[in-house]
Amino acid sequence: MSDTATHAVNMTQGDRPDRGLRLSSEEICLTAEDLKLFYDKDQALKGIDIQIPKNRITAFIGPSGCGKSTFLRCFNRMNDLIDAARIEGTIRLDGDDIYEKAVDVPELRRRVGMVFQKPNPFPKSIYENVAYGLRLQGVKNRRRLDEVVEKSLKRAALWDEVKDRLHENAFGLSGGQQQRLVIARAIAIDPEVLLLDEPCSALDPLATLKIEELMIELKKDYTLVIVTHNMQQAARVSDYTAFMYMGELIEYADTDTLFTSPARKQTEDYITGRFG
Amino acid sequence: MNRWFKSGTPWIWLNAGAVAASLVMVFGLILMIAVNGLSFFWPSEVIEFEYQTEQDAEPRRIMGELQRSETMTAQAMRDAGFDVAEGQDIVVRHLIKRGNRDLDSRDFQWYLDDFMSEWERPHDAVVLERLQWGDFYGYIREYREDGETVAEGEQARTAFEARMPQTRELAQQIERIERIEIGRVNFDLERLRIAQRGVERATDLSPEERGQRQEELDAERAELDARYAELEAERNALRDELGRFAIVLETADGQHATIPLSRIVNAWWPNDMSVPAKLRHYVVAFWDFMTGYPREANTEGGILPAIFGTVLMVILMSIVVTPFGVLAAIYLREYAKQGPLVRTIRISVNNLAGVPSIVFGVFGLGFFVYLIGGNIDQIFFRDALPSPTFGSPAIIWASLTLALLTLPVVIVSTEEGLTRIGASIRHGSLALGATKAETLWRLIVPLSAPAMMTGLILAVARAAGEVAPLMLVGVVKLAPTLPLDGNFPYLHLDRAFMHLGFHIFDVGFQSPNVEAGRPLVYATALVLVLLIIVLNLTAISIRNYLREKYRADSD
Repeated sequence: MSDTATHAVNMTQGDRPDRGLRLSSEEICLTAEDLKLFYDKDQALKGIDIQIPKNRITAFIGPSGCGKSTFLRCFNRMNDLIDAARIEGTIRLDGDDIYEKAVDVPELRRRVGMVFQKPNPFPKSIYENVAYGLRLQGVKNRRRLDEVVEKSLKRAALWDEVKDRLHENAFGLSGGQQQRLVIARAIAIDPEVLLLDEPCSALDPLATLKIEELMIELKKDYTLVIVTHNMQQAARVSDYTAFMYMGELIEYADTDTLFTSPARKQTEDYITGRFG
Repeated sequence: MNRWFKSGTPWIWLNAGAVAASLVMVFGLILMIAVNGLSFFWPSEVIEFEYQTEQDAEPRRIMGELQRSETMTAQAMRDAGFDVAEGQDIVVRHLIKRGNRDLDSRDFQWYLDDFMSEWERPHDAVVLERLQWGDFYGYIREYREDGETVAEGEQARTAFEARMPQTRELAQQIERIERIEIGRVNFDLERLRIAQRGVERATDLSPEERGQRQEELDAERAELDARYAELEAERNALRDELGRFAIVLETADGQHATIPLSRIVNAWWPNDMSVPAKLRHYVVAFWDFMTGYPREANTEGGILPAIFGTVLMVILMSIVVTPFGVLAAIYLREYAKQGPLVRTIRISVNNLAGVPSIVFGVFGLGFFVYLIGGNIDQIFFRDALPSPTFGSPAIIWASLTLALLTLPVVIVSTEEGLTRIGASIRHGSLALGATKAETLWRLIVPLSAPAMMTGLILAVARAAGEVAPLMLVGVVKLAPTLPLDGNFPYLHLDRAFMHLGFHIFDVGFQSPNVEAGRPLVYATALVLVLLIIVLNLTAISIRNYLREKYRADSD
């Protein structure tokens, strides 16, 4: 992470949270501008600005209920599924506002994949799980499907473990394997961004390690955004870390800076375990 | 004691007791039906005895099968008109199936044990199953061909036995000609009759056209009439052939009867049969029961049309109710905005399941038969009016009525199945870029297929056992033709049909001969229960296959 160590936190306004750091040397993939989210009357996100660099791992940390998962779900519009949720502000993916009327939401979700907290393979065979996204796109060619399934499982570091039982039910896999299967399923349709919502919280330490290695491997091709409760995990895998609290972005910096010399008192209290 | 209560032991005993009681009831029910129904086909022994009451000058000889025995108080018997000796408190009486309804109308009769003597089991006593008048019990004395005695005594039996297979085959040929070939000609004639009326009623035909049509119809009719005459001649020839043979029998009390072989369905000598022979007879009799047509006001013969009607109706009902119920459930659960309106609809659907089934029958009669069927007749079958085509009770209306009756079951179980598929799987699909419809049809609906099958299983179980509404919308005591046959369009949805449940009711309670019908009631009930079990097992195995295919953690 030496290449990012030079970036510093940019304090723009007195008591406003940091409105993002200058990522001058990075290509920006996702941008949020003054993003607010309301559940009926309650405001869950209170005007967040952030820039997420391409081919990097960005982690969101913060205590439970701080809105980090909600924020993550704004990037692929999964919050649309909640009737009560209402969004103000903009999110740009490669410069285009994804909340515009003309945006094709399924197409957006093909570009921004997501992995959930609890492994959620479909009750189908391993093969069919990975092929699901392609079949949605109308791919019927058997050879093409075989190819993509193999490639995705290999990239998710699962191929060697399942290659002899591709047509068995995915529920026969262990939790860690299921989570890697879900990642394989997500990358099978070749998204640009991969959102991971606490992907290791239901896994044992060994499985967690595997997923973390996988994430570092995957950032060559994808932009990864991860929500995690585990600060060690954020420190281990991410290039940039954002600390959120009560629906606000408190501090956003490259991971080394944030963990070694946090600019804000709240951040320091949280990462040293004084609250949260 | 207090400790014993706290330990939960009585609670466990109570639960286990409830399960045991249910099991006893289920198995008791099936056992009773099976024993009563299955024993009917076993060739029971024929007994002969002398009977002489105090008023009889001469003893009478009686022959028949012992049906059952009862112990009664003497007073009750005296009140019933039997003379029982003074000083006696209890009497035993036996119900004897005497058959021979053509000679003596009392084919089932009670006899007091006190007046019976000389019980025998004559080895040469024969039982004849006849097309009419029920069974005959007696001895074969002569065998005749063309009215002349060919064999007597023991030889008569041998000659008769040798001839029986041939006559059975001839009878089957006659039956085939009557039921299938002549049936087809009649079907075509009816079609012609309606076409004829169409030509007569048509106003837009020129006289030449009318004449031409008339000629065509006449030609066709002439052809059919010729075919009919031909078939009739063929059948009559077979009948004459069959009518050449007859046997002369003597009953136990010395009466003689001549019975042509054409009237005999089956013959056996129960006292002279080994166990394998009885077994063979049993299998044949049961097979005949399952595959035969009813005779003698349904108290004899088989139940094929009823089995057929029940199965066909259940299949038609399933075809209607499954897509309808599944689509309704998907809309209610997946698309409709959950609110007071949907809640009201859901409550109404659930309440629909509690409506007495006869109410559905009344609705079916008023709505399906008269309104829809009547209008179909007005529009498509004007030429046949005033005799209704679809405007009368028919298998299609019965199926639709039952589909309506079982709709709530399918909707409720499908909704439950849809609810059970958690948000995480749905979100997984949506996050891969699937639209809601794609998620539904590629993932949710296949995954909830087992729940839909559960609904269908419950619907089938309910529909196959339902009788009351069917009496109003399509079931009849005796349907001359099956709803499925070789005449275009093969499946005749406008025909009334027979049903096992109604058959039980009819034979058991509407039959002129209660005793003769009793075993058939049990046998039919057994077949109905078995049929429902088979239908359910089929559906359950399909469901289990689907469950295995879409196995999930939650299952």
